[in-house]
This record gives sequence, structure tokens and C-alpha cells, in this order.
Amino acid sequence: MTMVDGTAGQDLTPAPGAAPLPAMVFAQAGAEIRAMLRNGEQLLLTMIIPVLLLVGFSAAPLVNVGGGPRIDFMTPGVLALAVMSTAFTGQAIATGFERRYGVLKRLGASPLSRSGLLLAKTLAVVAVEAVQVAVISGVALALGWRPGGSPFAALALVLLGTAAFSGMGLLMAGTLRAEATLAGANLVYLLMLGCGGVVFPLAAFPDSVEPVLELLPISALSGGLRAVLADGGGTPLAALAVLGAWAAGSLLLASRTFRWE
Amino acid sequence: MDSPAVEITDLVKRYGRTTAVDGLTLSAARGAVTAILGPNGAGKTSTVEICEGFRRADGGTVNVLGLDPSRPELRARVGVMLQAGGVPPAMRCGEWLRLMARFHASPLDPAALLERLGMTGHARTPYRRLSGGQQQRVSLAGAVVGRPELVFLDEPTAGLDPQARHACWELVCDLRAAGVSVVLTTHHMDEAEKLSDHVVIIDHGRVVAEGTPASLTGAERQLRFRARPGLALDELLTALPAGSAAKESPAGHYIIEGQVGPELLATVTAWCAAEGVTADDLSIERRTLEDVFLELTGRELR
Repeated sequence: MTMVDGTAGQDLTPAPGAAPLPAMVFAQAGAEIRAMLRNGEQLLLTMIIPVLLLVGFSAAPLVNVGGGPRIDFMTPGVLALAVMSTAFTGQAIATGFERRYGVLKRLGASPLSRSGLLLAKTLAVVAVEAVQVAVISGVALALGWRPGGSPFAALALVLLGTAAFSGMGLLMAGTLRAEATLAGANLVYLLMLGCGGVVFPLAAFPDSVEPVLELLPISALSGGLRAVLADGGGTPLAALAVLGAWAAGSLLLASRTFRWE
Repeated sequence: MDSPAVEITDLVKRYGRTTAVDGLTLSAARGAVTAILGPNGAGKTSTVEICEGFRRADGGTVNVLGLDPSRPELRARVGVMLQAGGVPPAMRCGEWLRLMARFHASPLDPAALLERLGMTGHARTPYRRLSGGQQQRVSLAGAVVGRPELVFLDEPTAGLDPQARHACWELVCDLRAAGVSVVLTTHHMDEAEKLSDHVVIIDHGRVVAEGTPASLTGAERQLRFRARPGLALDELLTALPAGSAAKESPAGHYIIEGQVGPELLATVTAWCAAEGVTADDLSIERRTLEDVFLELTGRELR
């Protein structure tokens, strides 16, 4: 991009041309990241609630987590919650309102292509997740968390989880009214928080319900992260398979049904 | 590169059982300002949004800079101002304009553009805190910041105060002078008359008349005055030269057409004196586009 100043900056003579794709994607991703970090409700959802849950449930013996240090049980669950809050809840609500306010429509008339926009959104989500992981891990380490296992297996789970939750978020944002997306995304967040093995172990649910809850994307992510980080397990194939199925299904459905206006 | 900026042939657009655009044909020349004039619901926005690639036509053909409107390479060459919205409400308007600039290879300086539109003091204001007229100006700036060849402006001055409207008109004139093609929609006939090289009047999704503002309004002049409603115009007509016409529209507003000269003026004022009528706001004017529209459709523009 070249910006000329002074009177030359006022020259209206046509000089059309798109910026290079990476420049457009980074510009849009930067704007999305600033919007997320500036929005108070989003910060509450993505940073404050996960850290409070981590500190609160690690300190107080509110739930029986079985053997081992409480912090080793809590941290993977809270990391999974953080990924869901950004990739699903935050993204669904933000994109729903962007659609409502004609922001997506206007971007459709700009040189940034739809795939470029989705790439920018993904980059922004991953960047915010990196901040969340740094903050949550820092607090957890200070509270005595000692993770084990393969960091690559954990990264694979987080990325596949991000894809699955993004697909679900965009599916809601692209089909429902903005208000319905707002309500629905918060409801799903609460249900997943309660029933997805985030802070309450799935073993606490009746035996008939447990296998169903294990198929939720949040259960696969929190369970998978726990198997890797707390128990030092190998590649969590079952969890990756569940997340892969949610990602493929939701992204396919979202791409078929998404309405830009 | 000889194709017109926009060429529309027999365009049809339906929404369910409503036909919004009904066989519309128009051409907008390169480097000129073309105004699409019509009342609300005439099909202006549907037509423009098909040209912008937002909607698909149900029939007919549309070419923008010689290309199908869905072609992605048009997005860098065409600037778009939506009728409303398009900017994230929480985003500072200067930040949004810089973002739009960064999508282009050689954009205008966003700060200079905001200054030109009298918006410098608001660059750090979130979009939702701006007045309607200020939001319109930000949106207009977004349409031109990428130095496009062609801009579509959908009701660019709706809701603007007179000062902001003049800033907008000035920018449109400067765009034209710089060789940019402009297609705008409006229901203000004064805007169409002042700004455009070519006016297309549409109603019910069809073109009812088109031409330069002067060719549409014609050279004919009219005598207008206000007086109490219900004057016996038939009597006046017998006193006027043959070929004259007189009408009352709306009540209390009189229009006399024909050979408007000193004689006709004298006849009318003499008749008014004989009737004991005081003619207020007596004036001799050219027809306006509003008159043309009323004549063609029997309806008021607004």
C-alpha cells in the first residue's frame, strides 16, 4: 500500500487496484483482534470467566475430581472453555451483528474476498486464543499446575476444536437473527460449560447420559486435553475424531446455509 | 474500453410475487454522472444492488465496465456506498476508513479525505455515535478511498443537512472532473438537476423518461402563482392566447403554460385584478424534473 500525502492524497483520478491478499487479510485480522480485545463483554467471556473458574474451582473443593491435584484437572477444562468462548460464542455473536449491520455486505463489495475474510477471522480467533492460553497457563502454573504429555497433541486438539466451534458459530450467525444468535450462543455456552467436562467430571453424570455427553465437542476437547496434559497420554484419537466430525459437519453446513445479508 | 460504465438491458428483478424491476434498460456513460431518479419503491436500490453484485437479476443483462457484475476483479475498480450501514458500530470511523484504504493498491489518504468531508474532528468517534449525516459521509468516503473508476452512490444525501449536502455535491463534481464515472440514486430532483449529465427517471421498475436535465425539463417556461383555491381557470383560458394551458396543482397553486411573455403576464394579472384575487409568489420558471415526473406518472416524487 502506498499512501501519498498533501494535495496528491486528494487526487481522485482513478487508480484502481487491490492490495496483495496477505496485506488485506492481515489488515482485516488486526481490525477483528482490536474489536475483540476492546469489547468488554467479550473480554468477560474469553478471559475473566475462565480465569475465575480456574482459580475458584482449584482453590475450593467444590467438586470431586478424583485423584491427583485439582489444578491438573481444572486447567485442561478451562483451556477448552476458553477456546469455545472465542471460537464459538464470541465469533457467533460478533458475526451475527456484523451481518445485521451490513458490515459483511459492505465487505463483500471490497477487494477482500469471502475466503480472505474467513481467513482473517480465523487468524484473529487463533491470535486471541494464544493470549488466552498464555494467561490461563500462567495463572495455572502459578497455582502449581505441572502439565505433561505432548504439546503437539494438545495443539492439534486446540486447532481442531477451533475449527469445530468456528463452524458451529458461523452456522448460527449465518442463519439466525442477530438477537437469536446472541441468546442461543450464550445458552449453548452455559450448557457446554455445565455438561462438557469443563469443571464437573463427566463421571458425575448418570451412566446412561455419559456416553452421549462424551460426543459433545467441548467434552472431546476438555477430555482430550486432560488425557494429554494431566495424564501424559499419547495421541487422543477418539477426541480428535469427535472434533473432526463436528468440524467437517458444521463447516460444511455453514458454507451451504450462510446468508451474508 | 469503449463499453459504457454501466449497461442494463431488459432487467427484471422479482421478490416473491412483487416485481421490483420490470424490464429496465439504461446506459451510464463513462466519466459522466448518471442519476437514477424515482420515488421510494421505484426499483432504484434493486437496480443498483444488482450492478454492485449483491443481487442476481431474474432476467435481462447487466454489464459493469464491460463485465458481469459478479466478477471479483470489479471490486477493486468499483466504489460502493450502501444506503445504510456497512460500518461496524463500535469502530472508530477513521479506523474503518484506514482499513478500507488498506484493501487497495494506491488509495487516497484517509485523513485528507475525512478533512475534505468536514469529518476531521470525528475520526476517533465510534461510528454509532455519529449523526445520520455524519455516518453518510463516512460511508461516502469509503466508496471513493480506493480511487475507483466507477462509484455507485445509493441516496448519498438522504438525511444530510444543507452544508453536508453541498460537501457531498462538491465531491461528486470533483470525481466527475477527475474522470470517475458516477451512478447515483436520488429522489431529490434538485440534486439530479444540479449534478448529473444524464437523468433516468424510473417508476414501478421501468424507465419513464431519460435525457439531460435540460432536455427533460424543456425550454418551455411557466408562470406560477399562489392564490385562494378554486379559481375559475376556464374563464382565464378564454382570455389567454390559443395553445395556453392552466391548471391548479395542488390546491391554491396555479401553473400557466404557453407563450410566457409580457402579454401573458399582463393578461393573467389583469384577470386576477378583475376577480379581486391577489397572486402571491408570482414567478416565471422553467419546468422542474418534479413537474416532468408528475406529468409522466401522475404522482408526486416524494
